[in-house]
Amino acid sequence: MIDNDTHKRQSVDWKLIGVYLLLVVIGWLNIYAATHTSDPGSLLDFSGRAGKQFVWILTAFSLAGLILYVIPPRLWEGLCIPFYLFVLGLLVLVIFVSSDVKGSHSWFDLGPIRFQPAEVSKISTSLLLSWLVSQQNFKITRFKDFLLACLVIGIPMLVIVAESETGSALVYAGFIFVLYREGLSGWWLGLIGLVIVLFVSTLTLGAYWSTLILIGVLVLCNAFMAPKDFWKRLFTGGGLVLAMAFLPALLNWLCSLVTGHIEWMAARIWVPQPHETGTYFWSFLLKMKPLYVLLGCGFAAIPVLLYKAYRHKDTFLALSVVAFVAGVLLVFSTDYIFQNVLQDHQRSRIEVLLGMKEDLAGAGYNVNQSKIAIGSGGLLGKGFLQGTQTTFGFVPEQSTDFIFCTVGEEWGFAGCLTVILLYVFLIARLILDAERCRGHFTRTYGYCVAACIFMHLFINVGMTVGLMPVIGIPLPLLSYGGSSLWAFTILIFIFLALYRDEKKYF
Amino acid sequence: MTGDGRHIRLLIGLGAMTLLLLGKIFSLQIVDDRYKEDADRNSTIYETIYPTRGVIYDRNGEILVGNKVAYDILVSPREVQAFDTVALATVLGVEPAFIRSKLDEYRKRRSSIGFQAVTMMRMVPSETYMRFDEVKYKFPGFRGQVRGIRDYPVNAGGNLLGYVSEVNQDYINSHGGEYRSGDYAGMTGIEAAREKDLRGEKGYHIYLRNSRNQIEQPYKDGAEDKEAIPGHDIVTTIDAALQQYGQELMQNKVGSIVAIEPETGEILALVSSPGVDVSQLADIGKYWNEISQNPYKPMYNRAVQASYPPGSVFKLVNGLIGLQEGVLKPEYMYPCSKGYHFGAGHKLGCHGHKSPLNMEESIMMSCNAYYCYVLKNILDNRKYDSVADGLDAWHEYVESFGFGRKLGSDFPAELAGSIPTSKTYNRAYGRGRWNSTTVISLSIGQGEILATPMHLANLCATIANRGHYYIPHIIKASEGVEIDPRFTEPQYTKVDTVHFPKLIRGMWRAVNSGAGMGGTAWIAHIDSLDVCGKTGTAQNPRGADNSVFICFAPMDHPKIAIAAYVENGGFGATYAAPMASLMVEKYLKGSVKRTDLEKRMKEANLMSRVKKD
Repeated sequence: MIDNDTHKRQSVDWKLIGVYLLLVVIGWLNIYAATHTSDPGSLLDFSGRAGKQFVWILTAFSLAGLILYVIPPRLWEGLCIPFYLFVLGLLVLVIFVSSDVKGSHSWFDLGPIRFQPAEVSKISTSLLLSWLVSQQNFKITRFKDFLLACLVIGIPMLVIVAESETGSALVYAGFIFVLYREGLSGWWLGLIGLVIVLFVSTLTLGAYWSTLILIGVLVLCNAFMAPKDFWKRLFTGGGLVLAMAFLPALLNWLCSLVTGHIEWMAARIWVPQPHETGTYFWSFLLKMKPLYVLLGCGFAAIPVLLYKAYRHKDTFLALSVVAFVAGVLLVFSTDYIFQNVLQDHQRSRIEVLLGMKEDLAGAGYNVNQSKIAIGSGGLLGKGFLQGTQTTFGFVPEQSTDFIFCTVGEEWGFAGCLTVILLYVFLIARLILDAERCRGHFTRTYGYCVAACIFMHLFINVGMTVGLMPVIGIPLPLLSYGGSSLWAFTILIFIFLALYRDEKKYF
Repeated sequence: MTGDGRHIRLLIGLGAMTLLLLGKIFSLQIVDDRYKEDADRNSTIYETIYPTRGVIYDRNGEILVGNKVAYDILVSPREVQAFDTVALATVLGVEPAFIRSKLDEYRKRRSSIGFQAVTMMRMVPSETYMRFDEVKYKFPGFRGQVRGIRDYPVNAGGNLLGYVSEVNQDYINSHGGEYRSGDYAGMTGIEAAREKDLRGEKGYHIYLRNSRNQIEQPYKDGAEDKEAIPGHDIVTTIDAALQQYGQELMQNKVGSIVAIEPETGEILALVSSPGVDVSQLADIGKYWNEISQNPYKPMYNRAVQASYPPGSVFKLVNGLIGLQEGVLKPEYMYPCSKGYHFGAGHKLGCHGHKSPLNMEESIMMSCNAYYCYVLKNILDNRKYDSVADGLDAWHEYVESFGFGRKLGSDFPAELAGSIPTSKTYNRAYGRGRWNSTTVISLSIGQGEILATPMHLANLCATIANRGHYYIPHIIKASEGVEIDPRFTEPQYTKVDTVHFPKLIRGMWRAVNSGAGMGGTAWIAHIDSLDVCGKTGTAQNPRGADNSVFICFAPMDHPKIAIAAYVENGGFGATYAAPMASLMVEKYLKGSVKRTDLEKRMKEANLMSRVKKD
């Protein structure tokens, strides 16, 4: 494709629009497949969900046209601050005036239409973040600027959490990728990854292994940070970690020796009775727990490491020590967070995901039925409208959050592959288009759109296949619902408008 | 700022995450077959085929409990479309409000019901179903399911047969996975005792649904279907005519009649009055309140569950023990001056009859004093160190007759009654602080003795057999139904068989001496049938005496041994003896000639004498 700057029409990214159209149509057909038994009628019957979605699609197209051809693209950058504040106001307002929909207070009920400001907030936050980052003197590595960016992302996020829409709030975590692109240290991404790993491993493997993983990761990172000493650090640190890995088994063995010996003595001579093990010298071994041995060793090593860090001016080592202490605190507070901070349904969803409990009738029902629906699709699926799981209504929220089940069942692996590759193409295309932009604002905004779609895609599809806990967010463009379709349409087409505007300067 | 190639890293990350998702989807869809099986299971419909419950026959092949067809009305709430509630209610014979409330309930439970069908009405009679069947096309989502219910051609043995009803959650829990909600099971009587034989095995047909929830085809062409296996038929030892006759005699009286065939131990009739009418059994749920609130407790099977003092019929046992112990000889004469005097002015009273008398006459005239001497001689026998040892020896004898323990019949809920031991009195009076006169009322079957009518009938059968009995039972072995070998082994008492004929002569004379000769049971006499019997009049602290009678006939090669126990009936000869005698006549002669007596017995109403709880 040769970019032709003279004609507006040619400078629009038609491939992106093509993918957008494909996804919307796929969504519409699958909504019909998911609902055709409970809402009999044709694709265009407006009392059914497929018919309503058709209306949403048409209005979304008009919005897209408006954004592309009527609204001057520069307006977005200019109005981003008032827009952001206005949406923030709506987000707060909705908590007080909304009706309760499945426990969340995030919907405005406007007669026949319901509208979720959290969807619009993705747009306003993306715009403001792009504006902030594109300021001349903005440097993400500067602490003050970083904090400002965090505030822009964090405030709507917190309000949405207060609306009990934790899932939507989680999407905002995706903006970290935007900040990464704009120069945020990659260690932050690593740190977030580490926190998730520690949380999960503490819940599933226990505090000891979790702490060991923490130490292992820190050792590995330190080795990478000092290429000169790489092998030395890897072997000493890695050796220690490996040795510690055998500690529980070793302690166990020692304990059995001790109890065996006590029993042996009790059998021969009268001296110590089993309940008097406290008086037996070696019995202190019985009270030793591997975790405390590990932590003891770890904390004993801290002064030595800090001294080394000071001597060699090794900031990373010092930071690693801090990370170790913070990590141990996290490991110890995991249970508390899990039991007290999370709500019941969130906890049970995580338990189901991590296999800590099997509850196919309760919390695990959705995911199990969803896996059955997708799994039964096979390679090529059962064919359009032929899915049995889809239409029996075993999977709840089939046309909204669990729309991917319909794709999986009726179109099989081929369908899943196609849909996911379309999304990947969409995201990758957004990133590449953004990279091609000279304007800082447009580039950052492109990344914001890509990040939003990415988060939605992976949380939603991950949930339907059992890689993620059940988090109720829609699959962009596919799921039934006007709010979501409009929001993503606006999100994408603002970028397309900005992008086309951008190209005029070439 | 060019981003120093960070977009490449992000794209690589995107690729990695994509591979992770696709890998998981690949494993779900291509690698793992589990989900396809689960999906099949989701899309199959199991239609349960309920087996026909076994028929219960009497000993002559007459059907006591059969089956008739009824229907359950099922609803698949998801398939229900708008319909005329009033029309459906009229067809089904219920209030429109009933249907509305049911549908409301299903709407509330819709997520748990899903595409399943639920039972809206149970045991709808055929006539109603036929009406429904004609118009059911107007009511999509509603259908009928055949369900056999119990049918009782003769009104015999309501309590005995027991009832069948839908299992509740407790029942399901206590029967480890054998039952599911909606199943029926025998709850009492024979239905419960032989549940395993009667119930048969459920079957099922599996169908596949298509994506429109229509049943498309049998799953795997029916290869995995299972047909229902009907339950085994049960042949009982009951004689339906005799049972029915006994119930008629006992109407408006409280008590029990038990008839046993001595040579086999087979129970011919087991009447408990007041009882449950068979017309209420088939749909017991409907009558449950009425039955459970009846102060006379019709569900309570007095024949095996009521413990009564046996009264004078127990003299036979004491006489036999005396003979065996050698402290009584048939020719021993004892005086009776309207009672037995003991201690300082104590007396155990008796009625007027000739004195002194021998053992045969003591049975014929039912002398109380005679058996006081007998018991005293048993207990104060020199060969025992103390009265306590004597009593325990006595107890062992009594227990060998089946008293004081469960007989081990195949009838559920049998009770043991009770026979005292030395411990009983040690507890009451203190060790060594009681003697034979303390317990003297045991001689005439009063005091601490309690026995069920079944025990008494068994005693009668034992005497009829001259010394042994077969454990009374109610199920005959038949094709596919085995009975425990214990029912075919004779059980001997601790009294030698030679002693029994000596008493039987007295029992014969009690019945056959003619009126005015002093025999207590002349009213039980039947021409050409040598009926042998013994009356009893047991004190009832809750009102008038209980009327008791046991008899067997004919004297040689007895065919029937019977015990009748009528609460508050007065003398043994007043009600129990005539009724037992009529039963014997009915069974052995086929018809009853003494119609006046029969009429008097049937019409007698003693309910006003019975104290309600």
